Amino acid sequence: MQPGTLSSFLKRGAIWAFIAAELVFFTVAGEFLSVSEKTFMDIDNMLLLFKQSAPIGIIAMGMTIIMVNGNIDLSVGAIYAISAIVLLDSLTWPVFAGLGDGVIPVAWGLALLSGVALGALNGLIVWKTGVDAFIVTLGSMLGYRGLVFMYNGEQPTSHLNWTLVDFAEAQWLGLHTSTWFLLGVTAAIWFLMNRTVHGRNAYAIGNNRSAAVNAGIRVGPHMMINFMIIGFLAALSAVVFYSESGSVNPNDGELYELWVITAVVLGGTKLTGGAGSIVSTFGGVLAIQLLRKGLTHIGADTETVNLVIGLILIAVLFLDRQLNVKGKEELKV
Amino acid sequence: MSDRTPALRLEGIVKTFPGVRALDGVSFDVMPGEVHALMGENGAGKSTLMKVLGGIYQPDEGRIFVGEVPAVMTSPLEAKAKGIVFIHQELSLAEELSVAENIYLGELPRKRFGLVDWARLEQQTNAILAKLRVGFDAKTRVGDLSIANQQMVEIARALTVEAKAVIFDEPTASLTDAEKVVLFDVIAGLQAQGVGIIYISHRMEEIFKITDRISVLRDGSYRGTVKTAETDEESVTQLMIGRKLDLSRNEIHHALGDVALEVRGLSCADLYTDVSFEVRRGEVLGFYGLVGAGRTEIAETLFGLRDPSAGQILLDGRDTVIRSPAAAIALGISLVPEDRKGQGLVLGMNCRDNMTLPQVDDLRAGPFVAEGAEVAIFDQYRDRLDIRTPGWKQLAGNLSGGNQQKIVIGKWLSMHPNVLIVDEPTRGIDVGSKSEIHNLIRELAAQGYAVIVISSEMPEILHVSDRIVAMYSGRIMRTFTAEEVTEDKLIQAISGLTPENVA
Repeated sequence: MQPGTLSSFLKRGAIWAFIAAELVFFTVAGEFLSVSEKTFMDIDNMLLLFKQSAPIGIIAMGMTIIMVNGNIDLSVGAIYAISAIVLLDSLTWPVFAGLGDGVIPVAWGLALLSGVALGALNGLIVWKTGVDAFIVTLGSMLGYRGLVFMYNGEQPTSHLNWTLVDFAEAQWLGLHTSTWFLLGVTAAIWFLMNRTVHGRNAYAIGNNRSAAVNAGIRVGPHMMINFMIIGFLAALSAVVFYSESGSVNPNDGELYELWVITAVVLGGTKLTGGAGSIVSTFGGVLAIQLLRKGLTHIGADTETVNLVIGLILIAVLFLDRQLNVKGKEELKV
Repeated sequence: MSDRTPALRLEGIVKTFPGVRALDGVSFDVMPGEVHALMGENGAGKSTLMKVLGGIYQPDEGRIFVGEVPAVMTSPLEAKAKGIVFIHQELSLAEELSVAENIYLGELPRKRFGLVDWARLEQQTNAILAKLRVGFDAKTRVGDLSIANQQMVEIARALTVEAKAVIFDEPTASLTDAEKVVLFDVIAGLQAQGVGIIYISHRMEEIFKITDRISVLRDGSYRGTVKTAETDEESVTQLMIGRKLDLSRNEIHHALGDVALEVRGLSCADLYTDVSFEVRRGEVLGFYGLVGAGRTEIAETLFGLRDPSAGQILLDGRDTVIRSPAAAIALGISLVPEDRKGQGLVLGMNCRDNMTLPQVDDLRAGPFVAEGAEVAIFDQYRDRLDIRTPGWKQLAGNLSGGNQQKIVIGKWLSMHPNVLIVDEPTRGIDVGSKSEIHNLIRELAAQGYAVIVISSEMPEILHVSDRIVAMYSGRIMRTFTAEEVTEDKLIQAISGLTPENVA
C-alpha cells in the first residue's frame, strides 16, 4: 500500500461514516424521544432532506472550488438575496407583460446574470487589487446586502407565478426539482474540478501559488472564473428556492455564507486551499442537514441545533488535524 | 599572544551524522581583541561548527572553553548566557516593534505588577546604541531602518550580555560599501573592548582587510591557521581547495550550435548591473558567485518574473521582451527554480499532474484533460530520467529530493525548450542523485539544449560547465572557458577582486 493511503481513505470516508452514525443515532433516539409517529429514516423524510439541502448545497459546490483555489467568498448570502429579488421583481415588469409565461426564462436569465455579474465584480477586485478575498468579499457582503435594502426597504418582495411553483414543486423519479438541481450542479462541478484544465489549475494555484505561476499559469483569470461560478450558483440556488416560495425578505440568505463554509470544511476542504473534494462537500452538506433535521426530530430547538453543529465542526476539524499529523508521520517512516 | 588566555578555544571537536563525519577534530582559538576569520567552501563544515558553538548541536567529542572554563552548551540561550553571541546572516527582527523592544525581546525590564519599565528600557538601549555610534534611537520602528541598521540592532542585541566571543556569519552579504565601513568600525570597537571575534566570510577582500588570523576548514576537518599578515589569497585558496577534487572536469566535447540566448547590458535596479553573456545550443553556461551576487535575479528576469531596468534579451537573435512566466514558456525558456518545494512543485499534486502542469492546456480532448496523453508523457520522462516512484499517482511531496528535481526537469523537457535554466540543480539532494543530475545536464547539452546552470558549489559548476560566468555583487567579473578556469582564479573572481587583478 502506498504511504498515506490509509489516512487519506480515513479522511475521505470520515464524512460518510459520520452520516451513517447520524442516521443510526437519530433512528434509535427517535424511537424514544420523537413525538412523531414516523421513523426518522422514512422515505419521504429522506427525500425532503435532499430537497432542503439544495439551497446550501448548490452554493457549497461553488465554495469548494473557491476554497480549493485558495480564496473564500463571504458575499454569497447577499448575492442569493439580490438574485431572488431580481427573479421575483422582473416577473412583474411591464416590459415583459406581453410574454405570458415566456417571462419565466427571461426572469431566470436576469437573476442568474445578476449573480454572475456580482461574482465577477468580486473576482475582478481580488485579481486587480491583490487584496485578500476574505476582505474583499467581507466588503461586498455588506455592500450587496445594502443594495438589497435599497431596493425595497424592509418590505418583502413577492410574486407567485403558479407555472413556476408547479415546476419547482414537481417530482421526477421521486426526486424534487431542487434535488435534481443539486445533483446536476454536483456532477457538473465534479467534472469541472477533476476533468478540466481549469479545475487542475485551480488546485495547483491553491496548493502552491508560486509554483503555478512558474508553470505559466495565469492566476488572476482562474480566480475570476471561480468567483463568477460561485456567483452563478448563489443565483441558481435563489432561483430554485424562490420559484417555489414566491416571497423574499431583505434578510433572506443571511449567514448562508457561514453554513456553506461549514459544510465545505466538514467535507474536508482546507481553508488554506489546494485540497478538497466535491463528493466530500456533498457529504458535508447532507451531514449538516441531517443534523438539523434529526435534532428537530428528537425535539431540540433551533438554539440547541446551532450549538451542537458548532461543537461538531470543531471536533471534526480537530480529528482531521490529528489524522493529518498521523499521515505525515507515516510518510517520514 | 600565546601568553594570554584565549577568549574562546575549541579542542578536537568531532560531530558525526549518520553516514557523514561533518566535523573531524576541529581545534582553534580566538584571542580577546582578535578578529579571526573562518573560511571554507560550502559544505566544509562551517555551519555545523557554528551550530555546535551555538548549542544547537552537541559535539560527539572534544571540548569548548570560554576563557579558562570548559563550556557545555545545550541550547542557544545557554550559549548566549556564557558570552557566545551570534550575528546571523539572516535577520530575525520583529519589524513592527521598536529598536528597544527588539533588543530586549523576551527579557524586557519590568516594574511591579509585570508592567514594562519603559524608562529603563530606553535608557539601557540608548546606552548600547551609543557604543555602536548609530544614527537612530531606542524608539525607532525596526521596519523603518535600512538593512544595515537592522543588522546594527542585531549586534546591539548581542551586546546586552557581556560578550566574550561574537561570531559574524557573512555579515556583509547584503550591505553596501558605505554600510560595510560602519560595520567594520563596530567590529573594531568590539575588538578594542577585548571581545574575541570569529568572522565567517567568502570575501577575500574583507578577510585581508580586517582579520588578524585565518583558520580554514575543508571537508569537515581543520586545515590550519595562518596569520593574515603573513599569507596571501593564493595560499588561503590552496588551503581551502587542497588536493585536486575527485570530480572530473567536464570533458565531453561536442559541436556547439547557434547562439540561442544573448543578453546585452541587462540591469535590474540595484540587483545586478550591465550583464552581458550568450549561450549556444549544446552548451552549458555556468553562473558562479556568492549568495546575493545577482545570479538568481538574472534567471528570474529571463523567466519573466522580474522586469529589467535596462538592456536587451535576444532569443535566436531577435530582440525579446518577457513580461511573465507564461510568455517565457511560450518563447521556450524554462526555469528549474532554486527552491524546489516552494516554487518548482505543487507538493499536494501527483507526479503526473506536476509533470504536465505547464502544458495541460494543450492536452485536451474537448473540454476535458486527455489523461491518457498525460500518462504517456509521464511514462516517457520517468523512463528517460529514471524517476523512481511507485506510480504517477504518488504525490510529489512524497518523493525524495533527487526524484522531485527530476520531475521538475522532466516537466520542462517534455515542453522541448530552447533554453533551460537550472538554479542550484542539486541543493538538498543526496550524493548519488547529484551525479545523476550532473550527467543529465551534460547529456541535455549534448542533445543540443542551451543550458544555464547557477550554482554555489564550485565542484558542481566546474564539472558541468563549458564556460563559467563569475559574478560579484551584481556584476560579471569575468567569463572563463573550461580550459582556462582554475579553482583559485574562480574564487578570486567571485570574492570581489577587480577583473584586472584576476587576470
